[in-house]
Amino acid sequence: MFIRSKLCLVSLVIGMLCAPSQLIAAGGADVNLEKGKWSFSGPFGFFDKAALQRGFQVYREVCAGCHGIDYLAFRNLGDLGYNAAEIKAIAAEYEVMDGPDDDGEMFMRPARPADQIPNPYRNDNEARANNNGALPPDLSLIAKARANGPDYLYSLMIGYEDAPETTEVPDGMYYNNAYPGHLIAMPQPIYGDDVEYSDGAPTTTAGIASDVTNFLMWAAEPKMEVRKRIGVAAVFFLSIFVIMSYFAKRRVWADLH
Amino acid sequence: MSAEKFSNPVVRWIDHRLPVFSMLDHTANDYPTPKNLNYMWNFGSLAGLSLVIMIVTGIVLAMNYTAHVDHAFESVERIMRDVNHGWLIRYIHMNAASFFFIVVYIHIFRGLYYGSYKAPRELLWILGVVIFLLMMATAFMGYVLPWGQMSFWGATVITNLFSAIPFVGESIVTFLWGGFSVDNPTLNRFFSLHYLMPFLIAGVVVLHIVALHRFGSNNPIGIDAKGPQDTISFHPYYTIKDMFGVAVFLLLLAGAVFFFPNAMGHPDNYIPANPMQTPAHIVPEWYFLPFYAILRAVPDKLGGVLLMFSAILVLFILPWLDRSPIRSARFRPVFRIFFWLLFVDCIALGYLGAKPAEGIYVVLSRVTTAWYFMHFLIILPLLSVFETTKPLPKSISEPVLSARSHNTGVGQMAPAE
Ligand code: HEC
Ligand code: HEM
Repeated sequence: MFIRSKLCLVSLVIGMLCAPSQLIAAGGADVNLEKGKWSFSGPFGFFDKAALQRGFQVYREVCAGCHGIDYLAFRNLGDLGYNAAEIKAIAAEYEVMDGPDDDGEMFMRPARPADQIPNPYRNDNEARANNNGALPPDLSLIAKARANGPDYLYSLMIGYEDAPETTEVPDGMYYNNAYPGHLIAMPQPIYGDDVEYSDGAPTTTAGIASDVTNFLMWAAEPKMEVRKRIGVAAVFFLSIFVIMSYFAKRRVWADLH
Repeated sequence: MSAEKFSNPVVRWIDHRLPVFSMLDHTANDYPTPKNLNYMWNFGSLAGLSLVIMIVTGIVLAMNYTAHVDHAFESVERIMRDVNHGWLIRYIHMNAASFFFIVVYIHIFRGLYYGSYKAPRELLWILGVVIFLLMMATAFMGYVLPWGQMSFWGATVITNLFSAIPFVGESIVTFLWGGFSVDNPTLNRFFSLHYLMPFLIAGVVVLHIVALHRFGSNNPIGIDAKGPQDTISFHPYYTIKDMFGVAVFLLLLAGAVFFFPNAMGHPDNYIPANPMQTPAHIVPEWYFLPFYAILRAVPDKLGGVLLMFSAILVLFILPWLDRSPIRSARFRPVFRIFFWLLFVDCIALGYLGAKPAEGIYVVLSRVTTAWYFMHFLIILPLLSVFETTKPLPKSISEPVLSARSHNTGVGQMAPAE
């Protein structure tokens, strides 16, 4: 048994040593981004804040036309590197419904940092009515709700192609290489140059797809950085505990042999 | 019982009136334990630790969880995002559930290999199977609570099984659901029971330990301790050894919680439950897969359900199916081969449970299911009669001595590290 446990330990350590190689891909906006190489992969993975901000911009300017992101509040944007004043300013660009006021009326007011990011639709029926009957899913958890989430999202964004001649694409459907079954009701959202970045990062299809993927991974797992940070400390501490208790055990048992 | 054995006067005063210290002393110090236990004997204490971890994290989750179909999914997301370290508590609860099953499966196979279910430990074994059943019910209902797609559809598929019971099936399902489909009343009762059952498990664990302490642990060579030369005191020898096991367990659990928290889960459970949309493949959690494979191996619904439950029920009568007086597989060469075949068979069932029920997978499920029951119902009874076993050592300490003196093939009987 011990041999096996030791193997697990060794593989954990090796895994951690290999991690830096995954950091190289940290400049996530790079066009020739290889699948599976994200700044957030691996035990030392972290979110590339610049990419998150660009990804949020993509969400706001492209995806938010159709998709809500209900589990995010404006205050969460602090994780992206915005300060309190910037968050307040971003929130103020949105209107949310509040109320009832003293007269019993609902009213609209500018959003505050504590508010949820508003959904483009009032309800699923309105969402369907505006999308040929298809429901654009909420994007807060999408990166965890699909197998190999980040790779899949990235491939989905760059996966629009002309359908092969054997496939007939019905009206209101589009051909996508990554989507299961290939026929998706979402029109190609990214063509390249859909947004204008203030930091000069590439606005190719791949660059934008990578940025929005980074953002969606953060949206689904905002506590990932702190999780991995505590994890490294916990694994380090527990490894020492394993070694110490092993030798303590040897010592106590020594007088039996 | 004499309180004199404690030097501290306060301890002595209390113990005279409430002999808790004598009880502790009895379990730890006067409790003679075979000296040759190997690391397979670590998994009992690990199962106990898992139960404690589940109860502690579960109680904290329950403080923040809302059992209502409109709020359950969101409340779990609130735990993940807004409750301080809620993500940690939830990921521990999720992953420790899987680790609990890994530990218990190893614990069960340990018992199968070393014949720990044989006289005089039949009730100890049966209590273990009861714990296993309660664990399965608890985990099944826990998985429903986050109210994701797999929660909902898993609950629908499994509760629907009861409709196969003749005449009263439909009524039973309605009764389980508290309505005509899996809905809010179902979620509420599952939450209530999910909270209750771990404490029932804790109660059965106490009985399990009482039964254990009646005759003490079995051991790798499966013969009874003949006297003090065969045993050592539980404390400090096995407390320190268990501590080492705990350290390794916690290290592996931390690896899962912090670096692969969703690896043992299904992505679909991050999609809110939707009664109008069936997922492409409904699969239960990995630890139910062997039983799921048995269920689907039978073309008839009622037959499948009966066979699935029989797969566990057969464990209850195992002490009377295997009549061989030799406990440990070490001295049963043929049994040992069949043990490993059964082990492979169970892994294969687990694999098949995850595959769609079509084509070659159906055939293989049937073969592996048949083998599972053949093993218990035919092979074990026959082996008890026809197997030629190897000679048993005279005592636990004797092979130890011989292994020391001439370092030959019997080295495996040396005291475990
Ligand atoms: C014009 C509206 C529209 C826009 C803009 C849009 N989507 Fe969609 N999206 C949809 C619809 C409709 C669906 C549902 C597709 C279906 O069910 O076939 C969808 C589905 C999806 C899915 C789920 C695919 C799956 O595996 O089920 C993802 C992920 C997604 N969109 C991401 C995005 C991202 C990221 C953006 C912004 C870059 C975006 N969408 C912009 C309409 C849109
Ligand atoms: C035998 C012990 C236990 C087992 C095997 C078990 C198993 C599970 C499982 C598999 C889940 C689903 C995890 C997920 O995907 O989110 C779950 C959820 C939950 N459990 Fe337990 N559990 C146990 C004990 C407890 C106890 C004692 C409590 C509370 C008193 C509890 C409270 C909860 C709550 C509130 C949830 C829903 C939150 C969530 O899904 O994370 N559990 N449990």
